Amino acid sequence: MRPRFNLFSLEVAVSESLLHTPLHALHVELGAKMVPFAGYAMPVQYRDGILAEHRHTRSAAGLFDVSHMGQLRLVGEDAAALLETLVPVDIVDLPVFKQRYALFTNEAGGILDDLMVCRRPDDLFVVVNAGCKQQDTAHLQQHLGSRVIPCPERALLALQGPQAVQALARLAPGVQQLTFMDGGFFKLDGFEVFLTRSGYTGEDGFEISVHERDAIAVARSLLDQPEVRPIGLGARDTLRLEAGLCLYGHDIDTRTTPAEAALTWAIQKVRRSGGARAGGYPGFAVIDPQLPGTQSVPAPATRKRVGLTSAEKLPVREGAKLLDAAGAEVGVVTSGTLGPTCGHLVAMGYVHSGCAAQGTQLFAQVRDKRVPMTVSPMPFTPNRYFRG
Amino acid sequence: MSTTLYTEDHEWIAVHADGTATVGITVHAQDALGDVVFVDLPEVGKAYAPKEVAGVVESVKAAADVYMPVTGEIVEVNETLRDDPSLANSDPLGTGWFFKVRLAKPAELDSLMSSTAYDDLLKSL
Repeated sequence: MRPRFNLFSLEVAVSESLLHTPLHALHVELGAKMVPFAGYAMPVQYRDGILAEHRHTRSAAGLFDVSHMGQLRLVGEDAAALLETLVPVDIVDLPVFKQRYALFTNEAGGILDDLMVCRRPDDLFVVVNAGCKQQDTAHLQQHLGSRVIPCPERALLALQGPQAVQALARLAPGVQQLTFMDGGFFKLDGFEVFLTRSGYTGEDGFEISVHERDAIAVARSLLDQPEVRPIGLGARDTLRLEAGLCLYGHDIDTRTTPAEAALTWAIQKVRRSGGARAGGYPGFAVIDPQLPGTQSVPAPATRKRVGLTSAEKLPVREGAKLLDAAGAEVGVVTSGTLGPTCGHLVAMGYVHSGCAAQGTQLFAQVRDKRVPMTVSPMPFTPNRYFRG
Repeated sequence: MSTTLYTEDHEWIAVHADGTATVGITVHAQDALGDVVFVDLPEVGKAYAPKEVAGVVESVKAAADVYMPVTGEIVEVNETLRDDPSLANSDPLGTGWFFKVRLAKPAELDSLMSSTAYDDLLKSL
C-alpha cells in the first residue's frame, strides 16, 4: 500500500524544524496524531478518528487548536480606511465588535488570502491563514506600516457545534448573548480572552483568542465540559467542506477572482461601482466588471466555483477532471470527500459558466471511472449559525 | 495452517496449503490511513505480476494503492469489505482482508518479510 493522495502527510511529524503551537504538549497527551501542516506540527486527529470527531462536532461540541493561524492588530484611526485599500470589503462602516469576512486581492483580481476582520474599540483584530501569514503581514506592513502589530504570543482555539454555547457560557457567562459574527472580551474561567461567535464548520460556535501562557489552561477548562471533545484538522476539513466554505490554496488562490469563487457576497455595495467608496483596492478593474449588476462594462466570469454531489461512494478528490455528458472537459475538482454528515460524496470545483446551473449533470474522472456528479447548492449540510 | 508474510508496502499475505494466499493491509497501514471509506478490489480471474496495483483503499484524508505481492490470479475478493470498508480498520488482519490469489510462482514468497522483519521495518520508520 502506497499513498497516491494525501490531504495531510501520513508520516508522523518528527521533524524538529516544525513549529509547535502553545497547545502542543496537550495534543501529545491527548493521543493526537501529529502531522506537518503550514510549517507546524498539528493534530490531524485524536484517538477517536476523523469520522467520529466530525460527528461529535455536528452533534455536541468540538475543540480545535487553530493557533497556527496568524493574528494581527491594526491600530490607528486610519487603519480601516487603509485596510480598504487592500480588500474589496466595507471595513470603515464595520460596527464595533462586529466581524466580517474579507479577501486580500491582487492587481489581476486574484485572491491573495481570505481573512476575518473584527472591529474592536482600539483596533481591528485580523485572523489570516497559517500558510499565508508571513506574506500577509508583509503586505499589510507595506501599506499600513507600524499600524500593524502581529500577535505571535496569542493562541487561537475554536469551539464549534450545537452545544458549544452551553459549554462556553458555563465558563464565560454572557457569550450566549452574542450572535453570529459578534465579538467581545470575556473572562473564561478567570482568563482574559477575546472571542467571536464564528467558525469554519457551519455550526454555531466561537473562536477564542487567548495569550499563549493561558492556552493550555483554557483548553483544559473547555475539555472538562461534558459536551466537548478535541477535534483535529482532518475533521476540520470535512466539516468546512460540507459547510461549503473555501480552503485557501485549494478552492481559492491567486488565479481565482471573487466572482469565479462565488464570493461576491463578501463585496458590499459601498465598494462596488456606483458605491460611495467604490474600488480603491487591487484588481478592481477585473473584479468589478464580473459582479452582477456592475456599473462597469460587464465582463462576467467565464468559470464559477460550484458544489457537486453524488450518490456514489467513491471519493472524488482535488484535481479530478470534470467532464460533461459528451466527455468534454469542463472543469476541475478543488476539494472533495465523502461527507460524514451528508452520507454521500460532496465536492467543490470550478466549471465553465455554462455548466454552473444547479442540477447540471457532470462526471468526475477518477482513475478509470467516471463518477456521475450533480451541480448542487452549498452548503451541503444546513448552516446552524446563531442569528438571535 | 497458514504462514503470514509482509511487504515493505504494508500488505500482508497469508499463504495457505492449497496454493492460494489471502492479501490485506497491515495494522500499521490502516492506522496511517485513518477511517477507511472506500475500497476498489480487483476482478476475479485477472492475473497480476508482483508490485502491480491490484486495489485502492481510500480513507477520509488519503487514497493509497494496494500492490499485488506475488505473481498470480485473483480467485476471490472480499465483497463484505466492499460493502463495509471500515472492516479494514476494525479487523485488518481478519475480516478486513482484500482478495485471494492463486500463487503462480511460490518461490517469490522467499523475498517477502517475516513478521519479525516487518516489525523491525516499522521500528525503523
